[in-house]
Amino acid sequence: MKTFTYSRAESQSDAVQSAQAGTAFIAGGTNLLDLMKLEVMTPDHLVDINHLDLKRIEETADGGLRIGALVSNSDLANDMRVRTSWPLLSQALLSGASGQLRNKATTGGNLLQRTRCYYFYDTDTPCNKRTPGSGCAAQGGFNRIHAIFGTSEACIATHPSDMAVALRALGAKVEILRNDGEVQKVPLGELYRFPGDNPEVETILHPGDLITHVLLPAPLGGTQIYRKVRDRASYAFALVSVAAIMRLQNGKISTARLAFGGVAPFPWRVPEVEDLIEGQAPSPALWTQAADLLLQDAKGQGSNDFKIPLLRRTLAAVLEQATNGADI
Amino acid sequence: MSTHLKMDEPDHRRRLDHMAQGIIGTGMNRPDGKAKVTGTAPFAYEVQPEGMAYGVLVRAAVTCGTLKHVDSDKVAALPGVLAVMHGPKFLRNPAQGTADKAPVQGSEDIAYWGQPVALVVAETFEQARHGAQMLQLEIKAKSGQVDPETATFETPEKKQDSQGDLDQAMQQADFTVDVTYTTPGHNSAAMEPHASIAAWDGDQLTLRGSYQMPNYNINELASSLGITPEKVRILSPFVGGGFGSKLGIAPEAVAAALAARELARPVGVALSRKQVFEATMRRSESRQRVKLAADAQGQLTAIGHDAYVSNLPDEDFSEPVTQATPFTYQGENRVIGHHIARVNRTCAGSVRAPGESIGLTVLENAMDELADVLAIDPVEFRLKNIPDKNPTSGLPFSSHKLAEALRTGRDRFGWDARNPKPGSCREGEWLLGMGMASAVRVNILAEARARVTLSPGGEAHVETDMTDIGTGTYAILTQICGEMLGLPAEKITVSLGDTSHPRGPGSGGSWGASSAGTAVFLACEQIRAEIAKKLDADETDLSFKDGHVIFENRQTPLTDLIDAAITIEGHVEPGKTMKDVTQATYGAHFAEVAVNAVTGETRVRRMLGVFAAGRILNEKTARSQCLGGMTFGIGMALTEELVHDPRHGQIVNHDFAEYHLPVNADVPQLDVVFLEERDDYANPMQSKGIGELGICGAAAAITNAMFNATGVRVRDYPATLDKVLAGFEDGC
Repeated sequence: MKTFTYSRAESQSDAVQSAQAGTAFIAGGTNLLDLMKLEVMTPDHLVDINHLDLKRIEETADGGLRIGALVSNSDLANDMRVRTSWPLLSQALLSGASGQLRNKATTGGNLLQRTRCYYFYDTDTPCNKRTPGSGCAAQGGFNRIHAIFGTSEACIATHPSDMAVALRALGAKVEILRNDGEVQKVPLGELYRFPGDNPEVETILHPGDLITHVLLPAPLGGTQIYRKVRDRASYAFALVSVAAIMRLQNGKISTARLAFGGVAPFPWRVPEVEDLIEGQAPSPALWTQAADLLLQDAKGQGSNDFKIPLLRRTLAAVLEQATNGADI
Repeated sequence: MSTHLKMDEPDHRRRLDHMAQGIIGTGMNRPDGKAKVTGTAPFAYEVQPEGMAYGVLVRAAVTCGTLKHVDSDKVAALPGVLAVMHGPKFLRNPAQGTADKAPVQGSEDIAYWGQPVALVVAETFEQARHGAQMLQLEIKAKSGQVDPETATFETPEKKQDSQGDLDQAMQQADFTVDVTYTTPGHNSAAMEPHASIAAWDGDQLTLRGSYQMPNYNINELASSLGITPEKVRILSPFVGGGFGSKLGIAPEAVAAALAARELARPVGVALSRKQVFEATMRRSESRQRVKLAADAQGQLTAIGHDAYVSNLPDEDFSEPVTQATPFTYQGENRVIGHHIARVNRTCAGSVRAPGESIGLTVLENAMDELADVLAIDPVEFRLKNIPDKNPTSGLPFSSHKLAEALRTGRDRFGWDARNPKPGSCREGEWLLGMGMASAVRVNILAEARARVTLSPGGEAHVETDMTDIGTGTYAILTQICGEMLGLPAEKITVSLGDTSHPRGPGSGGSWGASSAGTAVFLACEQIRAEIAKKLDADETDLSFKDGHVIFENRQTPLTDLIDAAITIEGHVEPGKTMKDVTQATYGAHFAEVAVNAVTGETRVRRMLGVFAAGRILNEKTARSQCLGGMTFGIGMALTEELVHDPRHGQIVNHDFAEYHLPVNADVPQLDVVFLEERDDYANPMQSKGIGELGICGAAAAITNAMFNATGVRVRDYPATLDKVLAGFEDGC
């Protein structure tokens, strides 16, 4: 661990003002501290934001929720409003990590956790995300957990969050306090960047920008399913995951929201797939069409080729389950 | 005083069956249990002497090469850094189990990615770790061999065996299978990472380390440092799991000792989890080809088992894959093959029942395949083929409980409910199946010494450098002593893991309990004889119970009979009973699994293990050993795999996030049943090793159940969902 300085932010403005290049915010620290011990991340300065007033879940005027960035994953998953009206989010949270980690990990930190690429964690191997320009050891190496969508020549890493996948399907936004004091609300999908030529830049956040809240729109209702497929029954990252919200009316699908985890640099959503499904009657043929459309640009890297048939099968099973007898 | 036994004859007296205390065999709690669960049992790195400096090992990140230069100056100038060390005494890799001498040494020649070649020592752990991270090594890389499959295999003469004519038997048989399975490397995955703290007092070294076999480690450490063993004391009273990875002295111990001598202050070196993966031991991956032939009645006529494994150059050990194949089943034609590739990968050594855990597993898969071809029940098929003497050596078995284990398991598990047709049982998305396998593990008695002192106050003290690696040694030695001397557990203390005590056998190869226990048994038997002398009686006419001696209907407090402490050293050596008969432990595994028809995910629903390992010394700790073995079986079947980078050979998944051990949610109801057994040939207690039996064959029960559930045979361990899916997509 490289030596660093530490300060505790007493207010949000204090937090963003005390941050500059080389500064990292620390909340739960469940990922950051591991990365600092390995010197994968070497911030000069840590700003501790744990004392900010961002631990509440508030109801908004439009029937949604405003979730403080410091709300723990456990508290969010167990909030009765979330469990009742946004069950997808609760399911996704509870499928991730372990009880101990969920108690410590925060909403904002979960969104900004780094990839689990094996080579990213090993400072003796090339990794463009860790050391820009050094190369990508995962390509041509072992890449079982890597992406099939949205990759670049420079990087094939995935974003490991389950929570973010549910949030993307739910149409959540993040509220950002910019370094210059401006407050911005950005759809979750726009928070993240494609890796392109500079995979070290993962989000639109600049140094000192702070995620303060996550905004959930009014409940979408319907049947909500988060299905996570993994190598062991618990405490493993998703090989693929499917978040689905489906509503049926008069035998036809009136609302379809789908997001996918474990397959892309950020929670993956393809609106065209939802458009294809909406207005149609549920049928295995439709699921096949949806999977064809979703997977048309999927690209395996060798050890993760299986994710393509796996996602196809999992998507069909989730869509079937979500529409089976769910007519309202 | 001492007493000695060479185990040349079976001991039919079964003395422990005639003792009065009633403590042996019970599920007595471990005396050390409370300290362990409350965090007050100090593990190696937790007893940090005043003034200790911290050392962190630095690895070479090349497959193979020569260390040309270590840029020490820059790191030496960092705050708190005390020394940057490397040199000819650094260990390339740990000593193999029971090596008794130094392994390959020297920082200069680099044989695998992850080899520890230097040590940075600093005032704080954080400073040392940062220094280690910053240290620049100039290495001339050489091309290495990372893939065993493209290497040239050695086929050592003494590791091959053949009888009859396998090829002809295969041609003539009514039914055959000829299948190739692969198993990946495994890490022992002990919870406590390897650690040592070294301190010198003049030329006398004390090393507190996490080690399984101080009796060998003392010589290995002395030999590595070029000093005599008399100058070394090793302390290893509590070990947070070993599973083979802490058998031999390892790089951190020698580096700590060198640094402590150089700096004239204590130095502690603990490995990170990544270093445990890279720089201790791995189980070799294996490719195994099994040929079986049977006649129309299901009698085996031939068994062929060829194993391909790997290790670094200059290592004697190679995974003894076929250890149980010579004697498990009958068949007059038999070929055993053993082939070793020399590769530039982390050293291969003993991990969790080396040999049978992967070798028997594959043999049991092949048996299941042949039973399927024969359309015969897998349990029945095994029952038909249990030999009445060792079919390779012709020697009798000391005791043989496989048939009883198979029948008991079949009844208790409800095996009759199994539909033999694969894929015929479904519950929603889940395909259900049952599978089974035999469990077999060789039994070994090792030389051991222990000293027992009975004080005038009627308290006993047991001393040996034997270890308790979480297995229950403190408990069972207490029980043996208590049973023999008629003392309740609270009157007995056991002191372990200190080389100033008599040499124990070390923990490994499942021999610890029987060997160390016999040494204690012998010492106690002699103490009884000493007390009998005082009563002018024959020792066998005395009854010892609750601190009293009962003789001719008179009960005398033990304390009335002892005026001075009686100290006896018991010493046991293996003898003819290890050679004149074949000794093994047996069992049977049964598993029910559910395989998801959509995703290929497999969940074990329940398992039963029936085991016979001679006298069970402690019902609870023995059961825990078996539960652990079965859990490792789940890992071997479904999740555990060391993945090596195809270009450089380094272990890619070097942490517990990506090296998937089974977690609680993967481990369902596990039942363990012990069969009554006394093996008179094993030792005077009639006990046998239990530590490793539970893993042997366990994975095969699960993968055989997966076949029964799905009709898909995954022949490449672990049976992860992608391999199951490939079977589904192939139209199964």
